Amino acid sequence: MSATLTEPTSATASAPSATQVTPSVNRLGLTQAAYRGAPSTLCSGCGHDAITHQIIRATFELGIEPHRVAKLSGIGCSSKTTAYFLGQSHGFNGVHGRMAAVATGVNLANRTLINIGVSGDGDTASIGLGQFLHMLRRNVQICYVIENNGVYGLTKGQFSATADKGSVQKKGAENEMTPIDCCALAIEMGCEYVGRSFSGDMKQLSALLKGALSHRGAALIDVVSPCISFNNHEGSTKSYKFAKDHEEPLHDIGFVPAFEAFTAEYAEGATHTINLPDGARIVLKKVHRDYDPTDKTKALELLSKARDERLFLTGLLYHASGQTSMVEQKNLVDDPLATLPQSRVRPPPEVLAAIMDSLK
Amino acid sequence: MPPTTAVETSVAASQRNTIVNDIVIQVATTNGSGSQSSNNVLLRAIFQMGIPVNGKNLFPSNIQGMPTWFTIRANKDGWAARRETIDFLVAMNPESAAEDLRELRPGGVAVLSSELKPYLNRSDIHAHIVPFGDLVAQVCPEVKVRKLVANMVYVGVVGCLLSIEIEEIQKAIARQFRSKPKAADLNRNAAMLGYNWAAEHLHNGHEFTLERMHRADGQILIEGNAATALGFLYGGVTVVGWYPITPSSSVCENLIALLGKHRHDPATGKATYAVLQAEDEIAAIGFVLGAGWAGARAVTATSGPGLSLMAEFAGLSYFAEVPAVIADIQRMGPSTGLPTRTCQGDILKAHLLSHGDCRHILLIPGSVEECYEFAMESLDLAERFQTLVLFMSDLDLGMNHWVSAPFQPPAKDMDRGKVLTAEDLARLKKFERYRDVDGDGIPYRTLPGAKHPLAAYFTRGTGHTAAATYSEKPEDWKNNLDRLTRKFDTAREAVPQPVLEKDSRSDIGVIAYGSSDPAVRESLAQLQAEAGVDAAYLRIRALPVNGMVREFLASRRVTYLVEQNRDAQMASVLRMEYPELSAKIRSVLHYDGLPITARVVTDAILESENRK
Ligand SMILES: Cc1ncc(C[n+]2csc(CCOP(=O)(O)OP(=O)(O)O)c2C)c(N)n1
Ligand code: SF4
Ligand SMILES: [Mg+2]
Repeated sequence: MSATLTEPTSATASAPSATQVTPSVNRLGLTQAAYRGAPSTLCSGCGHDAITHQIIRATFELGIEPHRVAKLSGIGCSSKTTAYFLGQSHGFNGVHGRMAAVATGVNLANRTLINIGVSGDGDTASIGLGQFLHMLRRNVQICYVIENNGVYGLTKGQFSATADKGSVQKKGAENEMTPIDCCALAIEMGCEYVGRSFSGDMKQLSALLKGALSHRGAALIDVVSPCISFNNHEGSTKSYKFAKDHEEPLHDIGFVPAFEAFTAEYAEGATHTINLPDGARIVLKKVHRDYDPTDKTKALELLSKARDERLFLTGLLYHASGQTSMVEQKNLVDDPLATLPQSRVRPPPEVLAAIMDSLK
Repeated sequence: MPPTTAVETSVAASQRNTIVNDIVIQVATTNGSGSQSSNNVLLRAIFQMGIPVNGKNLFPSNIQGMPTWFTIRANKDGWAARRETIDFLVAMNPESAAEDLRELRPGGVAVLSSELKPYLNRSDIHAHIVPFGDLVAQVCPEVKVRKLVANMVYVGVVGCLLSIEIEEIQKAIARQFRSKPKAADLNRNAAMLGYNWAAEHLHNGHEFTLERMHRADGQILIEGNAATALGFLYGGVTVVGWYPITPSSSVCENLIALLGKHRHDPATGKATYAVLQAEDEIAAIGFVLGAGWAGARAVTATSGPGLSLMAEFAGLSYFAEVPAVIADIQRMGPSTGLPTRTCQGDILKAHLLSHGDCRHILLIPGSVEECYEFAMESLDLAERFQTLVLFMSDLDLGMNHWVSAPFQPPAKDMDRGKVLTAEDLARLKKFERYRDVDGDGIPYRTLPGAKHPLAAYFTRGTGHTAAATYSEKPEDWKNNLDRLTRKFDTAREAVPQPVLEKDSRSDIGVIAYGSSDPAVRESLAQLQAEAGVDAAYLRIRALPVNGMVREFLASRRVTYLVEQNRDAQMASVLRMEYPELSAKIRSVLHYDGLPITARVVTDAILESENRK
């Protein structure tokens, strides 16, 4: 049990926690309401709604301009949630398992957009695994959130590829296959920001989201997000109870945005400080283990151990910098390709004439 | 079994009358032997003499060692379709030699590599045995490349036997090896040697000859896929997603070369485009939809198997109204089928690609010039109609060499469609993504990044209202589908219109599309010359069709619909459009993997008309 854990309640989605003191307007002068979306239609108490709420909070507190965000998702209960936050941002709810490719296209078309992708464990690890991995190895600019409940919620509770060995379905069937660990795969693919969290751990999730939104390139957060209706029973390893009982944060994580001073208070007791490209900082403080998230081998070792011993380790699992992002690899012009004027994308007639001459 | 004795023959000179600039030359080699450059040189040399040519590469789905044929048709009247009869054979491949010789027409000419002598068992042809191996050794000390260079020796031999101007051969070699001066020298010498050797040793007793004319002067010689790439370049494409598949790969390869050369910002050197090789075709079309949604002009190119994988996204493009372009370079299917053979077998599938009620715009180029124009047009139409546009070429058009008038620069500005900017929204104070404001079925859209509180909308494949909110209401669903029908009907007049290629009072009509056009044109001349049959000819260039097609069908007793597939796919589309005219359509179908010929069309029509 960790000190940072906050009790999940079915109301976490709609009301900001009373203990949190949030200014009524952010640095853009916008209220949190400007970051909300349509009312959620998910089951009351669904973990996904809590994550939606943290996305609203993180973008609000960071003072992100809503019009600069593109919300992308696949299909599933989780993928629906892009309609429930940032109502003033364009959203694209695509096809099942293929959000990664859509996000890739969006990133190429308009490099100035902040991409927030929301997917499910089925959407990402089952049908969409291939695209997910390729998106990571390309280092597409995206904050990619997996709302991981171990099942297909929207099709009523079949196991997904992240279901743990030994986890039991509502109707009693037990999963005997090895689960796919999206975080371990992401680290393998060269993803430089990999986090794991729990929808009930608001403070940690909020900090991880903010860090991901400040990261350059692909950032992944795998969030265990219990499905109230189909995977919250005894024997499930993705239930609220199981997650609460087993979550072990690797560190206490704080986020200092670029526009806030980095005070001694933050630095005190920090085991690691991570500088993000936009000037923000992530501050990690020791809880139990002394964990260095910049050591790739160690991170993979720990995840392997976690899988074998069924540990639910959360926090910033891995961070690195230095990899070029996809738009950098492609050496794209600074302006969005989408809106380049004709004069910049249609060569002059002389070029065609010369090509024609060469074919005569 | 090859015959054991060889017969060198010549046909009596008295039987000869000269055939000028009307010949089909077939070169039989093995693939991977480097014959491609030699064949290109031969083709270009003839073309440079002002003679219309067409070069078809018939190759196996294999990298090295299997039989491959290159067919050149040079024709003074400009007939460019495949013709069954072979007049002149260059046989370099023992594996196919027996069959190659059998297929040569009586009175034809065969140039054989000396080791193929045992296969020669016909006395009704002019056969020339050439010791290519010995000859190449004279000009090429390097043993490793001799096999390659031997190919250029046959170019010289053929040149001499057909009176191809040696200067044009030299010019074509210089062009082919532009960037490799050493190879250019070596090949020039090889061609010269072949030419001189033939002049000295071979008796030119046959009836074929080539001579300079001016019909192809000022024309260009280009493959359809290269023309398509040029069209996308001038269409202002900004995002390309692709996954390699024959015969579409060269669209993207050409495009990559063109973009690399012509689309870097002069000030910064940065790219005004992005090309991304995907992990599969689902991802490739996913890139295109993402990019199209964000406002880029995005395309992908593929062939049948890839098209199947793109089906789900195709429906999303149609229903969520996201611009996208797929260039489908059709090959013979189903399944892996004959990946290096041609057909028009994807028409129906492409038109209806995906599930539910879904219909797409198809642009069907009938020439390399239209490959260029329609590729450009597809980008305009995709943005204008906010939907998927399929550009339907095929292997014959795409990978073979065609003569064409030089392409003209775009006549109009790029059409970016109905996009509202933040400034527009400030003025309008209202925006509903799927509202039919103009009555043409085409709504307005905004692009992500537009800085206005009204700009954002939610794109989804699920049921939605005019305001883009989620809806399962029956009337919302039906209204939206009906609007999409309205939009599709608007497209009927906006897509490239059918062309009445040949008008006639005759009660016989012919309809064709795509790469069947050259064969149909030639067939119309044959029908007239051989049986006095006159027919009108309408060429369809896009789907959906409009009243012109209806009118053409209705005003004739019978219309022959020529297509290169088994299932009469275009006929099915027209029967869906005009069920009352169904009985007037008779299909002429060709589907053996080789490009259709005029003979196929002519014979089918004559038989059906009881004129045979
Ligand atoms: C191609 C395709 N196959 C199947 C489905 C049906 N389907 C919809 S959502 C879903 C699974 C969603 O699971 P997950 O991504 O874990 O999301 P959750 O509902 O659990 O949040 C499936 C199989 C579909 N929409 N499309
Ligand atoms: S079915 Fe499960 S995942 Fe879906 S909304 Fe309900 S609780 Fe959430
Ligand atoms: Mg799930």
